[in-house]
Amino acid sequence: MMRRRTIGKAGCSLLMVVLTTLTVALSGCSSDKAGDSANSSNGTEAATDTVASTAESSTTETADDLSKLIVGIPQDIDGLDPHNSTGAGTREVFYNIFEGLVKADENGNLNPAVASEYTISEDSKVYTFTLRDGIKFHDGSLVTVEDIKYSLERNMGVDGSEPLIRAYAQIDSVNIVDDSHVEVVLKDADSDFLTQLTVAIIPAANEHPETTPIGTGPYKYVSNSPQENFIVTRFDDYWGEKAYIKDVVFKIESNMDAIVMDLEGGSIDMMARVTSTQVNQLSDKFQVYEGTMNLVQALYLNNAVKPFDDVRVRQALCYAVDPQQIMDFVSDGAGTEVGSAMFPAFTKYYMPELNDTYNTDTEKAKELLKEAGYPDGFEFTITVPSNYGQHVDTAQVIAEELKEIGVTANIQEIEWNSWVSDVYSGRQYEATVVGIDASTLSASALLSRYVSDAGKNFVNFNSEAYDTAYKNAQSTTDDAEKTKFYKECETILSEEAASVYIQDLPEFVVLNKKFTGYVFYPLYVQNIAKIKPAE
Amino acid sequence: MAKMAKNNIKKFIKDPYLLFGTVIMGMVLLMIIVGCFWMPYEPTKMNAAEKLQGISLKHIMGTDNMGRDVFSRVMYGSRVTLMIAIGTIIIGAGLGTIIGAITGYYGGIIDEVVMRIIDALFAFPSILLALVIVSVFGVGWVQLVVSLGIAFVPSFARIVRGEVLRCKNMDYIENARLIGVSDLRMIFVHILPNIKGVLASSILIGFNNAVLAEAGLSYLGVGSQPPYASLGRMLSDAQQYMFTRPSYVLCPGLVIVLMVLGFAFLGEGIKRWK
Repeated sequence: MMRRRTIGKAGCSLLMVVLTTLTVALSGCSSDKAGDSANSSNGTEAATDTVASTAESSTTETADDLSKLIVGIPQDIDGLDPHNSTGAGTREVFYNIFEGLVKADENGNLNPAVASEYTISEDSKVYTFTLRDGIKFHDGSLVTVEDIKYSLERNMGVDGSEPLIRAYAQIDSVNIVDDSHVEVVLKDADSDFLTQLTVAIIPAANEHPETTPIGTGPYKYVSNSPQENFIVTRFDDYWGEKAYIKDVVFKIESNMDAIVMDLEGGSIDMMARVTSTQVNQLSDKFQVYEGTMNLVQALYLNNAVKPFDDVRVRQALCYAVDPQQIMDFVSDGAGTEVGSAMFPAFTKYYMPELNDTYNTDTEKAKELLKEAGYPDGFEFTITVPSNYGQHVDTAQVIAEELKEIGVTANIQEIEWNSWVSDVYSGRQYEATVVGIDASTLSASALLSRYVSDAGKNFVNFNSEAYDTAYKNAQSTTDDAEKTKFYKECETILSEEAASVYIQDLPEFVVLNKKFTGYVFYPLYVQNIAKIKPAE
Repeated sequence: MAKMAKNNIKKFIKDPYLLFGTVIMGMVLLMIIVGCFWMPYEPTKMNAAEKLQGISLKHIMGTDNMGRDVFSRVMYGSRVTLMIAIGTIIIGAGLGTIIGAITGYYGGIIDEVVMRIIDALFAFPSILLALVIVSVFGVGWVQLVVSLGIAFVPSFARIVRGEVLRCKNMDYIENARLIGVSDLRMIFVHILPNIKGVLASSILIGFNNAVLAEAGLSYLGVGSQPPYASLGRMLSDAQQYMFTRPSYVLCPGLVIVLMVLGFAFLGEGIKRWK
């Protein structure tokens, strides 16, 4: 009897404990559900919570999700100092926080930003900028000409250190003319230098730019957690068109395989550069914007090795490779064909007619091979960086296409760092498939590498006509004339078949249908200020 | 004689491990051998019109993201995978047995030095070791086989050494030594044949590991090169289509499972065969 009673007591208290625990746990669950429906199960509680609380405190009771946007980014920010952070992934985020004297727009034009207007002297040596009237930093202070001088000189490395931007070595001096004018004097004439002046203007008074980022952009910095997120909020004193969304979180999505699940679960609202396969898995909750990656994907041929030193062989390959077929296989037909080393986003320089220099013609290709002394074809190796799936796939399609003309292409995958050292720097390769992008908004960023003695000329292209045309383009200041010479360069590349130009790869951006207004830029940036709630 | 053979067959059929192992491996081998002479499609032939198709009569395992026939690629890929596994085992078991036998038989300082080196090799995960070798000597099937082979040496060396130590002190070895049998003859004629049971089953287990290691390395992109297929390579290509076209990832995966299972059953069966 005694014994049974004690068991009963113990059982009873155990039951109580279990029940209490359950109640607590369950109530915790339900309140969670109401609080952040945006959260799926991937350990980002902290990130979402912070936003939720900031959003709640600043908006009225009808706090809806539309006052905040969560953007997935593939890698962490590599520093908060805009001048010392060079990662492309960092630049795309900082575009929203910092501005230079000029700023790129979606059409590839450079518009005045911190400066309200600029003049370039006849000899393209002196650039004079007028400070925008009343423009403020995020901390509320007015931007002064001293800040501009400080920011530019910081990049020049006036204290004797290496210039942070290589092109800044050619700045002779930055002079303050008066309270609202600054002039940048160059050592040598350079009519393209404006493209370098997108560098962030930051306050000279800020002693710790590496921990407290202050800029003039449409969003201001709130906080960041390494490997987790980067949070910004709207800057209400912005000089230009103000942003629509109040709070923006850039959430680091290091696991590319989880993106579809994170989007569907609602823990991110937007993600750039997803693959067509991922797009196919998404539900109709999302709007998919299709743009281009702004790079020139090609089967780059080493013009210095046999048999590619013969222009007829290179042309034969151009005739044999069908870019449209590659696009069909690799990205379901998406992508834009290119016929030379210029991608379509540079509308001013892009020449769509060059796409037709070589229309797929197997007979013609075989004929050219015969003329060049390879009637039975030949064998070569395509070295592809293994981390870029789309380039590996492209190489496979090319290899299949080249079989038609009797040419055997073996594919060798190589790790990215080895690619950079062996193929790009060492030039020890026969052919490779990669995409080449432009570092600044000028045609020379893409075309300078084909000059015979250029350090970046990893295809070993060698043409006197090209060198002359490029030199002419560089030395002229007249824009129309310059464009003409650049176009001549492109035509030479196409006719000489410097490489087998294929396409500008498609870029897919996924945005939750609650939002709208995504715009593609010809640079590696995401302009969040243009995104607005969809009614 | 005939009776003994009959008994053996009876014993064979009664042992489920041996029976299933043989049936499974027979199926896989049949597919590979047929694949050497005939495949429904050319394994690298692309077809844009038939991308990522499901299982049908025309493509019994569907097609991949390039419109290639998955069944043809599986036939070709299992051949590659099996060849790599065999090559790996020949190198790994060969070197491992020699090292194990010598160190076990002689003991002393040789044993100490060689086994410590083997221990050091053991400390590296075999995949990591293979990755290092591949990144130094480049990517290719020969490098892959050699690197996997080397990675497999330590486990074989350990097993053989242990067995040799066990046999070394048995009476018949003592007797042979008294007769004056040479060391070489002692190892290869008297000791090794007596540990063949253990060796055979560890070789079959090694086969499994080699199949999986090849799949793993190809999955990491250092195994066989595109457009040629191996089972691991196919898995790695297929992973992003896991949800849109499950048959693409399931079919090569299933063949890996069958191969591994077949080897495992055979190994177990041989061990139990008395």
